[in-house]
Formats: sequence, structure tokens, C-alpha cells
Amino acid sequence: MDLAYGPKYEAFRDEVRAFLAAHKDQAPRGGEQTMAGGRAWQKLLIEHGYAARTIPRAYGGYGAEPDILESRIIAEEFVAAGAPMGMANQGISMLVPTLLELGTEEQRKQWIGPTIRGEVIWCQGYSEPGSGSDLASLKTRASEDGDDFLINGQKIWTSTAHLADMIFCLVRTEPDAPKHQGISYLLFSMKTPGIEVRPLVTMTGAAEFNEVFFTDVRVPKSQIVGERGQGWQVANATLKHERGMLGDPNQAGSRLKALIELARTETVGGERLIDNPVWRDRLLKLQARVYAMEFHGLRLLTGRLKGEAPGLPGLIVKLMGCELNHQLAAFAIDALGELGVLYGESPHLRNHGNWQRNYMFDLGLIIGGGTAQIQKNIISERGLGMPREPKPAS
Amino acid sequence: MEFCLSNDQAMMQETIQRTLERVCPLERVRQAAASHETRAADVWAALTEIGVPGLIIPEEHGGVGLTLLDAALAAEALGRSVAPVPFAASAVMAPLALMGAGSPAQQAEWLPRLAAGEAVAGVAVAEHASGARDGAGVAAANGRLSGKALFALDAGAADVFVVADRAGGLHLVSADAPSLTRTALTSIDATRSIAELDFADTPAEPLAARDPAPVLRRMIDAGRLALAADILGAGQRMIEKAVDYAAERRQFGRVIGSFQAVKHLCAEMAAELEPCRALIWYAGYAFDEDAERASLMAAHAKAHLSEVGTFVARTATEVHGGMGFTDLLGLHYWFKRVGFDRQMLGGPERVRQDAAAFQGWA
Repeated sequence: MDLAYGPKYEAFRDEVRAFLAAHKDQAPRGGEQTMAGGRAWQKLLIEHGYAARTIPRAYGGYGAEPDILESRIIAEEFVAAGAPMGMANQGISMLVPTLLELGTEEQRKQWIGPTIRGEVIWCQGYSEPGSGSDLASLKTRASEDGDDFLINGQKIWTSTAHLADMIFCLVRTEPDAPKHQGISYLLFSMKTPGIEVRPLVTMTGAAEFNEVFFTDVRVPKSQIVGERGQGWQVANATLKHERGMLGDPNQAGSRLKALIELARTETVGGERLIDNPVWRDRLLKLQARVYAMEFHGLRLLTGRLKGEAPGLPGLIVKLMGCELNHQLAAFAIDALGELGVLYGESPHLRNHGNWQRNYMFDLGLIIGGGTAQIQKNIISERGLGMPREPKPAS
Repeated sequence: MEFCLSNDQAMMQETIQRTLERVCPLERVRQAAASHETRAADVWAALTEIGVPGLIIPEEHGGVGLTLLDAALAAEALGRSVAPVPFAASAVMAPLALMGAGSPAQQAEWLPRLAAGEAVAGVAVAEHASGARDGAGVAAANGRLSGKALFALDAGAADVFVVADRAGGLHLVSADAPSLTRTALTSIDATRSIAELDFADTPAEPLAARDPAPVLRRMIDAGRLALAADILGAGQRMIEKAVDYAAERRQFGRVIGSFQAVKHLCAEMAAELEPCRALIWYAGYAFDEDAERASLMAAHAKAHLSEVGTFVARTATEVHGGMGFTDLLGLHYWFKRVGFDRQMLGGPERVRQDAAAFQGWA
């Protein structure tokens, strides 16, 4: 056990701090972020290696060797300084790694640079109304028409579709093939005729997602990533990157801090919540869980540094991390009593209504990105080696 | 940056586990339970040979000189095999009392014998760890103790007791002191021994430290961590048994492990228990390296493992169906081990009260 980073990394930390001290005033301020301001900050970060750090220089990145601890130090120092991190949208976190792994040289040259600079915004066209957990059953059809595909169908849960320039999209090109072998992964412009984007309002009251409808959308066949019919394998390379983003233990840590502060400051009939044994006990139960997940994260980090496969410990993070975040928000709502239901612009509102918003949105995260039930299938089958559900006779 | 076991630690734990698989299979546990052995001689001898009783005792006193994290790894292996031997009190708490508060003479008298497995030490600190029940309490005056201590740990085979008096002073009491009455308390867990100690002006040697409070604190922290690690090992074994059973047991024409209702129970157990391992590791590390948070982490480890262990114990039993409820399978030894660990040195609610106090919340 050695939780020190060592002199080499502490020197790197000093560099990051010096950068932040010198440039933090150029960062876009929360609330009034403009696209232009965000892009200028992103450009500065890429130049110094604090965004797109490991993307090769040939594609517009900084070109550093992957180093997990350096990435972690950058994140720690940006959070500590209250400076916005580099952009993290679906294009950057999911498409770019996929193109690096499976794209053609031409696709990498064309898309990676503009994507990491924030000049091209992407959305992800995976889920469909009839294909959620069973994503491979997707029906959006791409039929051949000369050198093009004609796309017809519907996608759902498409966040940022209303802002996106481009979409990376799963479509069925081989309707007669087994379901996992008839899918292709296409890239096309959201300005293409025949695309309609409708906002999808969720229980939080905001339209965090969209539905996207395709009617005879014409896409050149050359805009495929990987082989035709291999889109499922390409998408899995991408999903692997998405799972890593969900269930982040640092979020639970900062949320717990806010809960402790809430329990210290909110009073009921003159008694602070933290002085009430019932609330205190529930808060302590959550604190133990937050610590356990934080140290579990350190264990996984060490495994990654050693190049070990994450195995069962890695498979539980999405399930446990999302559930914990949800429980943390639930505590705040319960502890606030009637105040806990206030929302919108109400008088007496606490924390801008974010506890309720998080409580609802986190339920979405428990369902999205592989439901809790799908996670339990994965944990039991891949983590514990239990048998798969037998296929129904068809 | 390395948050994992060292190769030496992993090997040490595996050696203990292998040894126990050889000398302490379930049949041996059954025998020991039937004959009320809580220091099964052959198991104790095999563990002594590989240094387990003296794991944290300094080498100058014949021990191995390792850390509390190492002791937690040993406790995990013992819990895994529901080993009927002393450990939390005799190999962890009592050595810490002697090392932290004992005079050189007291250390020289007891530490080598404990390390060599020739003596067992019981520990009576329940009044401070979990609160006095049934009028328990020990008064000390002029080198003599009066009153009673409940739930002395590793008591059955003990040759000496470390006893905390009401004010937190620590004393050594010989198990054969004439005015000491030791009454075994029968518990659900036949693999461990607890006792009531009644003192009637019983001669006791005070442990020498001027301020015993920090030593008592360390003993309780370490004992809690040892019990928590015992739950980790027992829980891990119960999950493995449930998964194995579900792969064999057939109903409705298929193995029950292919039903999602059963798979999800197993996934929930694994998802709950896996982060506990990191919590135990950190609490062990904190005991030596993060003094400010050592007590808090030990408390969280104890409370959280107790909650998760209880969930795993009942759920693994359910996965075994009716067989889990029988004595034929013997799963109940693990169930009861977890139940015992949960209550000793403070149940979760009590331990969380301490965790609040450690942070200035209460």
C-alpha cells in the first residue's frame, strides 16, 4: 500500500497548478458559457495537454502517452481550482476512441480534429423505442440505393440531437442476417434532409433527450465505420467507453460533502439535522458506502496502472455508483421534509431544486446505459460465471 | 500510487487459506462445534506453525512483526473457513494492549507465549466498545478488581485476560486467579468463545501506561477491523457456495442459476461485498498510516461489513433453498459467524454513534 504519487507526478501536479494559476482567468465562467468561449478554452487546454491529451498530434491532439495518474492529477487540480475541464461530449468520449480503434485513416483525419476542438458536435443514435436493453434488435433500416443508403426509422434517448452537427448511428443494413450481424455503424450530418428532431421531456421537466425520426435520409455508403454488418462490434467498442463514464465515485464524494453541510445547517424546530440521531445514522450509513466506493475506485485505478483486467470489481461500478448517487439525493429530500418537494422557482427552495432534479435524473441513469437488471445479468454471468438465460424456443 | 496487496501479503493470506483448507474442512468445524472446542488443537497448531497467533507481535518477542492490515487478511481467511480458534482478542487486541501499555516485564512475560501459541489471551472491553448491559462494570482499586465483565472474547481457552475497568484503565488478570469466576456464554456461533467474568476482589496487574485511553481506543479499533475482515471472508465463501449450488441444483428442467431471480440475488451479493474489500484494506492501512481517520475507518468497516454481511448471509441461505436451512449443508456455521461478528464490539448502530463522535458530529 502506497497512496503517494511520488516525485515525478508531484512535479507534474506543480505544472498543472502553474498553468491554472496563469490561465484560469481565461476559462469560461459557469452560466454564461458561449460556444466561442468554450472553444477558445478547449484550444488552450489541447495546446498544453490538458484536453485531448493522448490523441495523436496527427489528428490534432496533444500526443502524450496514456498515463492514468497524469489524467487523474489533471482532473484533481482542475476540480480543486474550480476550473472547467476539457470538453466531454459523446463525440469526444465515445466516437473519437472508436475512430482511433476502428476508423479509416481518412475518417480519423476528417473528424477527430474538429470533434476535439468542439467545432463538430455529435449525437449518438443507438436506442430505439422497441430496442432498449435488447439494442441488437434495432430496426432502423438502411436500404441500398446506388452508392447510398436510404435510412428510415426512429431513434430515442438522443441527448444533444437538437445541437448536433453529426450523428454516429446504428442501422440495419442486412435484415436477413442474425440480429448481431446485420447492423452497420454510419456517420452522417444532422442537416441531411429527412431528419426530424423532437425534444423528449423527462420527469425532471426538462428536455434532456430527443427523439429523432429518419425519412428517406440519404447517406453515402462510404460513411460507414468498420465493415458492413460489423456495426455491433464497432458499437461495443464505444459502449465500453460509455460505461467508464457512469458511476463516478468522485461525484458521490462531493455530493456527500454537500449532504454533511446540509445536515449541519438545516434545522427542524431549532435542532440541527446532524444532532438528530435518526438523520445522523442514515447519513453515516451513506458515508460508509461513499468511502467503500472511493477506495474501490483506488483499487481499480491500481489495477489499471498494472494493466490488469478489471473483472468483477469493474463490473459492479455502474450498478453501485448510480444507485449510491440516487440514495444520496434521496437523503437530502427526506431530510428536508416538506421543503424536499419544492421545485422550480418556489420560495424556500433549497439548492436550486437540484436534490429533486438529481434524484429523478439519477433514476434515469440507473435505467440508462444498461439497466440495473442488465448490469446484474452481466455481473452474474461475466463476473460470477453463472449460466446465461436459455434462449426462448422460437 | 499502489492501493493493493503486496505479493508478500497475497502469499501470506493464501498460505493461511491453504492451511485451513487442509486442516479445517467443514467436518472438522462440525467436530469442534460438537465438542465445544474453540481452540481446536490441530488447527491452532497448524496456524501457529505459520505464525498466525504472533502476526502483529514484534519479532523481538517471537512474533512476525506485521501490520494490522496483515492481521485483517488473516482474519478474512479465518472467517472464510469458520475456523474454531482464537484470533481477534488473543492475536490482535491483547498484543496491542501489551505493546501499547505493558511494562517491559509484562511484554516479556506474555508476548512470546502468545506468539508461540502457548498461551491465549482473552479481552474484556465490551463495556467501552458497545455499552454496559445487565449491570456489567468493573471497578479497580489497589490492584484488585470487583464487578463483572460481559462478553469477554476468546475467553474459553484464555490463560490471561486483558480487562478494561469502568474508567478505561487496563489490567492483566490471570485466568486461574482464585477469586475470578469465568462463566461461558453459549452463543449461536459455536466456533468462538465468549464468557462472563466475575471479579470478587480479584488480584490484577495494571498495565503500565500513564494514559491508557488511546491504547484502549486502538484495541477496539483493531478488534472491530478484525471482526469486519472475518465477515468479509465468511461472506465471500457464502457467495461462492451459493453460486456453486445454483450451478448444480435443477428445478423446472434447468439449473436454478440460469433463472434471473437467482442470478440477480448472487449479483447483488457480489456487488455489495466487493467494495467492502477496499474498505477493509483502507481501514487496515489507516490504522498505521492515517492516524486521524483510523478510528473512523475501523468503525465504518465494522458497521458496513455487518450490514452487508447480514444481507449476504441471509441471501446466500435463500439461494440454497430448503437445504440452506438445514444442518446437512452446514451453511449455518457461516451465517452464525457473521451474526456473531456483527454484535461483538458494537453492532452497526452503536458503532455508527462512535463514527459520529469521531467526526465531532455528536
